[in-house]
Amino acid sequence: MSTIIALAVLGIITLFLGVMKKKSWLLPGILVGLAVALGLTLTGWNTDISFYHRMLVMDNYALAFNAVLIFSTFLIFLFAHHYYQPVERPLEDVYTVTLFALLGAVLMDSYGNLIMLFLGVETLSIALYILAGSHREAISSNEATLKYFLLGSFISGFLLFGIALIYGAAHSFDLQDIAHFVSALNGEWPPIFLAGLFLIIIGLAFKIAIVPFHFWAPDVYEGTPTLLTAFMASVVKTASIAALYRLFSTCLHGAQGIWESSLWILAALTILLGNLTGLYQPSAKRMLAYSSIAQSGYMILAVLAFSSRSANLLLFYTLSYSIATITAFGIVLLVREVRGNDLFTAFNGLGKNNPVEAFCMTVAMLSLTGIPPLAGFVAKFYLFSTAIGAGYLWLVLIAIVGSAVSVGYYFKPVIAMYLREGDGMKLKTPKSYKAFLLFATIVTILLGVLPFMVLKQ
Amino acid sequence: MTETLMVIPILHYLTFCSVLFGIGVIGVLVKRNALVILMSIELMINSINLLLAAFSTYLNDPAGQIFVFFIMVVAAAEVAVGLAIIVLIFRTTHTIDIDVLNKLKW
Repeated sequence: MSTIIALAVLGIITLFLGVMKKKSWLLPGILVGLAVALGLTLTGWNTDISFYHRMLVMDNYALAFNAVLIFSTFLIFLFAHHYYQPVERPLEDVYTVTLFALLGAVLMDSYGNLIMLFLGVETLSIALYILAGSHREAISSNEATLKYFLLGSFISGFLLFGIALIYGAAHSFDLQDIAHFVSALNGEWPPIFLAGLFLIIIGLAFKIAIVPFHFWAPDVYEGTPTLLTAFMASVVKTASIAALYRLFSTCLHGAQGIWESSLWILAALTILLGNLTGLYQPSAKRMLAYSSIAQSGYMILAVLAFSSRSANLLLFYTLSYSIATITAFGIVLLVREVRGNDLFTAFNGLGKNNPVEAFCMTVAMLSLTGIPPLAGFVAKFYLFSTAIGAGYLWLVLIAIVGSAVSVGYYFKPVIAMYLREGDGMKLKTPKSYKAFLLFATIVTILLGVLPFMVLKQ
Repeated sequence: MTETLMVIPILHYLTFCSVLFGIGVIGVLVKRNALVILMSIELMINSINLLLAAFSTYLNDPAGQIFVFFIMVVAAAEVAVGLAIIVLIFRTTHTIDIDVLNKLKW
């Protein structure tokens, strides 16, 4: 609870700092505030308190994911100073809305009641509609925000209808009451409960960007300002998959028979289509959009292979994925700054002129592919072996084929950076920015070498 | 009051709200005008409000009606942001027809 209060107060303070024209205080203030929120989150470890009649449940699952979300946002704000350098105005509105989006994400993975899930999803989404359109002068940003808004609120309607139907069947919004209802059913499912369940899956699948509800993602990612795309690809994805996992693990894991096959098909489609379409993308930003779609397919494996370890594996997976993705976006925005676009040809010769940036990008790409000894490899290895243990051999085979295909696009920027001749153009990277990039890269390597800092043995 | 509502069986409410919801969905899929799409989405959300209120009466549980208030607040926030976005689009393109939005590949 203290995390939520801290984030809300931080957002309001940021607005006031903007009104008082203290531009130079904004980002340091936010970074300190986020660090405080992270500390407050971790102090609650093992306390397992719930608030307001189990509306919010701050168990270790929620705290761990909240820590990942806040850490990802912290990394993104580290890059914000350089990204927004050319903008004159204080930008307190963008920062505040980002913090409120983070607040929605925090609500989404600590809910104990479907009302709170809906409020979290909407707090996150409404803030994101604003963020997607925050570059008002660019037509692509306008278009991205309108598409995202219309589709997002359309699908929110489905999520809401699903919640209403489940309420009608289970007589409660509370996850534990629904769990009691499910365990008392003995295999006879009322049709409105089934309909409600599938509508909720559709609603959350849209937010995570799972095939076939992914079609908005590449367009919106491309039009949104790059720094905020990093936020969408990391924080939003982590929060939505954590929300889906919490729903299934608390109240539906006794009823695998009814949703197992549909999630299986969604995961297989996501892995195959996400990776294959990723091969045909001309630019790094669109490639990362498809990468994020494909990665969410692997994350579904953790939901399917439910065991005492799967929450921990999902946490590790989202953490390694988020850090690598934010690093990659951090370099894409540098390239865009100098070249004006992020086509793969824009990366040519980067390895010679900007060795540090090229190194960080390579590590991020290798981690996303799943090459040892990086974090992505450990995450995939444990996730896949757990899934095989739970009997999902075919799905894991599909996932391994998908990972092999993904080499085809993850290596495109790497090949361009090291093997193609460039025109000798240098990126304008400040020293501090380089340090932040190296920090994220070192975290990726450390998580790969010493995974048991986060992963249970 | 509750008895008057209970004269109509719950299945009727369910059917009525599903049909309203369906009309909203069809409106979103068929119409090309951003404002009309926004109105269709509002129709979807209001059909859900009605359903929740009906369930809440039949189950004798106030949580459903409380949720309706939350939904109203969220829908109002959504419309505020949505109208602002539509104004933004109108300023740059001078139309609110969603077919002009083809700069990004769909």
